[in-house]
Amino acid sequence: MNDMTTIERAVTTSEKKIDAKGVNVHYADTHAIKNVDVEIDDKTVTAFIGPSGCGKSTFLRCLNRMNDTIDICRVTGDILLDDEDIYHPKVDPVQLRAKVGMVFQKPNPFPKSIYDNVAYGPRIHGLAQNKADLDDIVEKSLRRAALWNEVKDRLDKPGTGLSGGQQQRLCIARAVATSPEVLLMDEPCSALDPIATAQVENLIDDLRSRFSVVIVTHSMAQASRISQKTAFFHLGELIEFGDTTQIFTNPVDPRTESYITGRIG
Amino acid sequence: MTDASSNTPRLTTSIIEPDPRTRRRNASERRFRAYGLAAIGTGIAALIFLVISIVSNGYTAFLQTYITIPVELSEQRLDPQGNRDPEEMARVTTFGYAPVLAMALQSHLIEQGIPMDGVNPRDLMAMISQEAPAQVRNLVLANPEIVGQTLDMEMLASGRIDGYFKGRVTLESAERDSNVSPAQLALAAAMAEAGLMDTRFNWAFITGPDASGQRPEAAGLGVAILGSLYMMIVVLALALPIGVAASIYLEEFAPKNRFTDIIEVNISNLAAVPSIVFGILGLAIFINFAGLPQSAPIVGGLVLTLMTLPTIIIATRASLRAVPPSIRDAALGLGASKMQSVFHHVLPLAMPGILTGTIIGLAQALGETAPLLLIGMVAFVREFPDAPPEGLFDPTSALPVQVFSWTQRADPAFVERASGATIVLLVFLVSMNLLAVMLRRRFERRW
Amino acid sequence: MPLIWIIAIVLALGAVGYMLGRQRAMASAGGDIRRLHSLPVYYGTNVFLFSVVPALLVLCVWLMVQPSVIQSRVTEMIPESAATSAGELSLIMTDVRRVADGLDRAVGQGALTADEANNLRAEETNIRESLGAIGVALGSDVTPEVLSAAQRYRSLSSAGNLAMASAIIALSALGFAYAYLRTTRDFRARNTVEKAIMAILILASSIAVLTTVGIVLSMILETADFFELYDWRQFFFGTEWIPSFEGGSELGLLPLLWGTLYITIVALVVSVPVGLFAAIYLAEYAGPKTRSIAKPLIEVLAGIPTIVYGLFALITVGPMLRDYFAEPMGFGTSSSSVMTAGLVMGIMLIPFVSSLSDDIINAVPQSLRDGSYGLGATHSETIRQVILPAALPGIVGAILLAASRAIGETMIVVMGAGAAARLSLNPFEAMTTVTVKIVGQLTGDTDFSSPEALVAFALGLTLFVLTLGLNVLALYIVRKYREQYE
Repeated sequence: MNDMTTIERAVTTSEKKIDAKGVNVHYADTHAIKNVDVEIDDKTVTAFIGPSGCGKSTFLRCLNRMNDTIDICRVTGDILLDDEDIYHPKVDPVQLRAKVGMVFQKPNPFPKSIYDNVAYGPRIHGLAQNKADLDDIVEKSLRRAALWNEVKDRLDKPGTGLSGGQQQRLCIARAVATSPEVLLMDEPCSALDPIATAQVENLIDDLRSRFSVVIVTHSMAQASRISQKTAFFHLGELIEFGDTTQIFTNPVDPRTESYITGRIG
Repeated sequence: MTDASSNTPRLTTSIIEPDPRTRRRNASERRFRAYGLAAIGTGIAALIFLVISIVSNGYTAFLQTYITIPVELSEQRLDPQGNRDPEEMARVTTFGYAPVLAMALQSHLIEQGIPMDGVNPRDLMAMISQEAPAQVRNLVLANPEIVGQTLDMEMLASGRIDGYFKGRVTLESAERDSNVSPAQLALAAAMAEAGLMDTRFNWAFITGPDASGQRPEAAGLGVAILGSLYMMIVVLALALPIGVAASIYLEEFAPKNRFTDIIEVNISNLAAVPSIVFGILGLAIFINFAGLPQSAPIVGGLVLTLMTLPTIIIATRASLRAVPPSIRDAALGLGASKMQSVFHHVLPLAMPGILTGTIIGLAQALGETAPLLLIGMVAFVREFPDAPPEGLFDPTSALPVQVFSWTQRADPAFVERASGATIVLLVFLVSMNLLAVMLRRRFERRW
Repeated sequence: MPLIWIIAIVLALGAVGYMLGRQRAMASAGGDIRRLHSLPVYYGTNVFLFSVVPALLVLCVWLMVQPSVIQSRVTEMIPESAATSAGELSLIMTDVRRVADGLDRAVGQGALTADEANNLRAEETNIRESLGAIGVALGSDVTPEVLSAAQRYRSLSSAGNLAMASAIIALSALGFAYAYLRTTRDFRARNTVEKAIMAILILASSIAVLTTVGIVLSMILETADFFELYDWRQFFFGTEWIPSFEGGSELGLLPLLWGTLYITIVALVVSVPVGLFAAIYLAEYAGPKTRSIAKPLIEVLAGIPTIVYGLFALITVGPMLRDYFAEPMGFGTSSSSVMTAGLVMGIMLIPFVSSLSDDIINAVPQSLRDGSYGLGATHSETIRQVILPAALPGIVGAILLAASRAIGETMIVVMGAGAAARLSLNPFEAMTTVTVKIVGQLTGDTDFSSPEALVAFALGLTLFVLTLGLNVLALYIVRKYREQYE
C-alpha cells in the first residue's frame, strides 16, 4: 500500500521537486544570499553557475540544511521539498538529508573499506534487511557510479587508497546507495583530472533518469554539457534562471552575458 | 527492478513525520549526548569533591585553641641562683618549667571557682601543650627580668583539647581515647566559658617550624614554605636562562642534523619521564657523586630544574615560533646579524609567552613531591635555614613533602595539619596560575 | 674564602672589563663610532665573557672534583681494621665529615680557635660533648682515627679552597687581560661575541642530553652493582618481595609489577571512558560558552599536584571505599587498596585523556563530518562510525601516554595503595608498586652497598625502560596520525 502511494506521489509531483522562495542567508554580519527564488524539477540536472564567492555553494547547502552545522549561519525564507517546508521546526534534518544526498567538492571517503563506505548510508538508515540485501545495494550503487569493475576485487581495501577520480565516484556511489530523491553536487569535478571529469559527467547524465540532480560548477562548459536548467548567481543574488540552452545562447541579463563571455568572474 | 527506490522500502516519505527508525536513532543520539554530559559532570564533580574534602578537613588548621592564665614566674624555681644570668638560667630545662605552669593553672582554676571534677593534676597538665613550657622558657631566657613577676601567659592547648573545640574530639570519642577523658573536655568547656580558653586564627601554622609527633598543635609550615621558596629561586635562576637559551638555539639556529634530532627526541621524552626517576638521578649524581648535602634546597632545586626544563623549552619554542618570520626578515633586511635579530626583536616579542610557560613550569615544580623524598627532604627539620646563598645548603623541608610527612604521623590531629598545608600549597598554585592567565590575557597578540 | 665572594670577584672583574673594553675600543677609534668594526657594546661584552665564562666553568668543574679527591685522600688514612666493608667505610666517612663540620662550626662560633681545632687530641678532650654544646650532635664518641681524619679533611679542604680561589681569580684576570689587549678598532668583536653566545646556546641545549645520559648512567652503574650481589633471574622472575636488612632478602619484581599494572588498569578503566566522552562532548557538542567553562575546569584536575591526590586517597576515598564497599561486601578491611589508588589516579588522568583526545578529534577533517551528515547520519552516528575510527590511532596514543603516566606515578600509590607486595586479584586489598618500593628502599638512612638499597636502582631502570617504551610508541603513533591528515 505504501509503495503505491509513494509511486503515486512521485508521479504527481514529478514536475517540481524543490521550490525555494525568498531565501536569505546571513553569516554573522554578512548577507550571503539575497532573496533567491528557484524551482528545481524532478529528473533534471540543474546547474548553479557564477563567480567564486557568489553564494552558489551556500545556497546548495541550504537545500539539505548542511548549513545547520555552522553555528553563525542563519537561513530565512521558504524551501519546500515536495510541498513540505524543510525548515519547519518539526523537520528532522537527518531524515531530510536521507532524501537529499550530497557529494562534495573534495572527495572525502571515510577511512574504512570501500564496501563499508558504500554500506554506511544503507546501514544507518536501515535500508537492508540482511547481508545479501546490503551486498546487493553496494553492488548496484558501485555499478551505477561506474566503479564496480575497478573495485569489485578489493572491496575490503580502504577507500582512501583509490585514485582521486575513483574516490569521487566512490563518494557518488555512497550517496546513491541511500537512494535519495535529490542529489546535490558541490563542484564534484574541481579536484579531478579531465579523464575522471568525463567519467563523472557521464555518470551525472545517467543519474538524471532516477533523481533530480543539482550541481554547482565553476565550468560553464560543464554546465552547458550536462544540465537542462541553469541558474546564474552573482554577489549573493540570483541573476537569471532558465533553460540551459537559453542562458548560454540568449541571456536576458547583461551580467549573465558578461560572465558567460568571460568578462566577469 | 533496477530502480533504487524499489528495493529500499521507506515507510513514509514525509520529512515532517518522523518514522519509528528515526525516532530510535534520535533517542540514541540523545543518550550519546547524555553520556558526554555525564562524563563532563563526573570530572567536575570529582574536582569539587576533592576540593571540599581537603578544605573541610583542613580549614581548622588555621585556627588554634589557646589557654590564657596568669603565671607566677617563681624565682626559686626558674632562677635558683637569683642573679638573672641567662647562662645559669638555661640550666633549668623545660621539665623545670612544666610544674610552674601546672601550678599556675591549678591555682587559677581554684581562684575562679571552676570545679576540677575527675581531673587530677597530671591530667590537668596534659591539657596544656607539651610545647608550652618550651615557649615560656624561651620567653624567660630572652627577658630574664620578668622572673619573679606574675604575667598573663598565652599557651597552646594540647591537640585533643584543640580538637574538642574544632569538633574532631567529642565526649563519646574521649571515652575510648587513652589520651583524653570526658572530664578534661568538660573542664575545657568550663574554662572556655570563663574566657580562659579561646580558639582564634593561627599565624604560627604558617610561620612556625614543624613540631614532633606528640605535639601536632605546635606544628607549622614556616621551614617548609621557606624551603620551597629557596628551591623555586634555584629553579627560576637556572631553568629560565638555560631553557630560553636552549629554545633559541633549537628554534632559530640549529641546523637539521643528527645532533639536533637527538636533542629534540630527548626533550620530548624527558617531559614524560616519571618524576621519581629524577629523584634517583638527584640521589646518585648530586648527593652520592658530587657530595652535596642531603635535604638541601640546592639539590631539590637542581632536580626540579631538570624536570622543569622540558616544560619551559616547549613553551618558549612555541612562543618563538609564534613570532612571524616577517619580523626576522625586517631586521635582517636592515643589516642586523641573525643573532641581533633574535635578541633584539624576536625574543622581546616572545617574552610574555616565555614567562607564562615559566610560571606554569614553576607551579608544577612547586607541587612535585616524589623526587624530593629520595634526596632526603622528608627529614624532620625544626631549624630555619640561613639566608641564601649559604641557606641553600642547609637542611629544610618543602611544602608538598611536609604534607606527606604529616600524613605519616600517628596522631589524627596531623590529618588536619596535612590538609591545611595542602590548602596553603593550593593557594600558592592558584595564584601562580592566575598570574600566568593574566599575563597571557594582557599580552595576547594575534599576528 | 666563601664561594659567593669568588663569584662576586669574578663578576666584578667582568663588569670592569666590560667598561674598560668599551673605552679602549672607543679610544682606538678616536671616539668615532663609525670607524669601529662593531658596536662598542660588543667590545665590552667580549672582555666580560673572556673574564667570566672560563673562570666560572673551571669553578664548576673544580667544585665537582674537589670533594671526591679529598675523600679519597682522607679515606687512605682510615686503617683497614676499622672499616671491613664498603658500607662501614662510608659510615666512618660520614662521621669524619660531621666532625669536620662541627670543628668548622666551633671555630666559627669562637668556641675554639683555629689552632686548637687543629691540635685537638681525642685522648684529651671529649669531642662529642664539646661539639654537642654548640649544637652539633654526633652519634658516637669520636675515635682518634676519625678525629685525625677530620682534621686532615679540614686542612685539605681549606687548602683546596684557597687554591681554588686563587686559580679562579687568576684565570679570570688572564681572560680579562687577553681580551682587553685584543681590543682594537679592527677587532671583529661582534663575530667573536656571537660565536661565544652560540657556544653557550649549544651548551644549554645539550643539558637535556646530559640529563638523559646522567639518568641512564647512574641507574645502569648501580643496577650492575646490584646484579653482582643478587641474581638477575631471581629479580626478574621472583614472586616474593621480602626485603630484610640483615641479608637473605627475597627481591622479586613480579609482585610489584603486578600491583603497578593492576592499579594502572583500574585507573585507565576510570579515566578512558570519562575522558573520552568528555572530549567528545567538548569537541562536538558543547557550544563555545560551555566549552570555555567546562574545559578549564576539567584541566584544573591536571594542575593539581599528585600529593594532593594522595592525601585525597588517604583521608577520603580510602576510608569511604572501605566503609561502603569493601567491608559490607566482605572484600577486606584495608583502606589502602588497588581500588583506592586506581580510582584516584583515574581522576587525575581524566584531563590527560580528554585534552589529548580533544586535540585529536578536532584534527579530524571537517570534510569527513560533512560527508557523513550529507548522507543523513545523526551526530552520534557520525562520531561513532566516522570520527572515532578516524581518530583511533591518536586516541590509542593518548591512552598509552596516560598509561605511562600511571605506571610512573608515585605519591598516589605511596599514600593510597599500601606497602604489601602481593600477587592477588582482589582489588580491595592493599598492594604495592614499583614506585612505592623505590621510595621505600631509598628513604631514611641507607647503606648504598646493600642489595636492599641497590634494588631501587634496578627498579628505577625497569620503570624508566617501561615508561620510555610506552612514550616512544605513543609519540610514534600520534605522529603517524598527524601526518595522515596534514
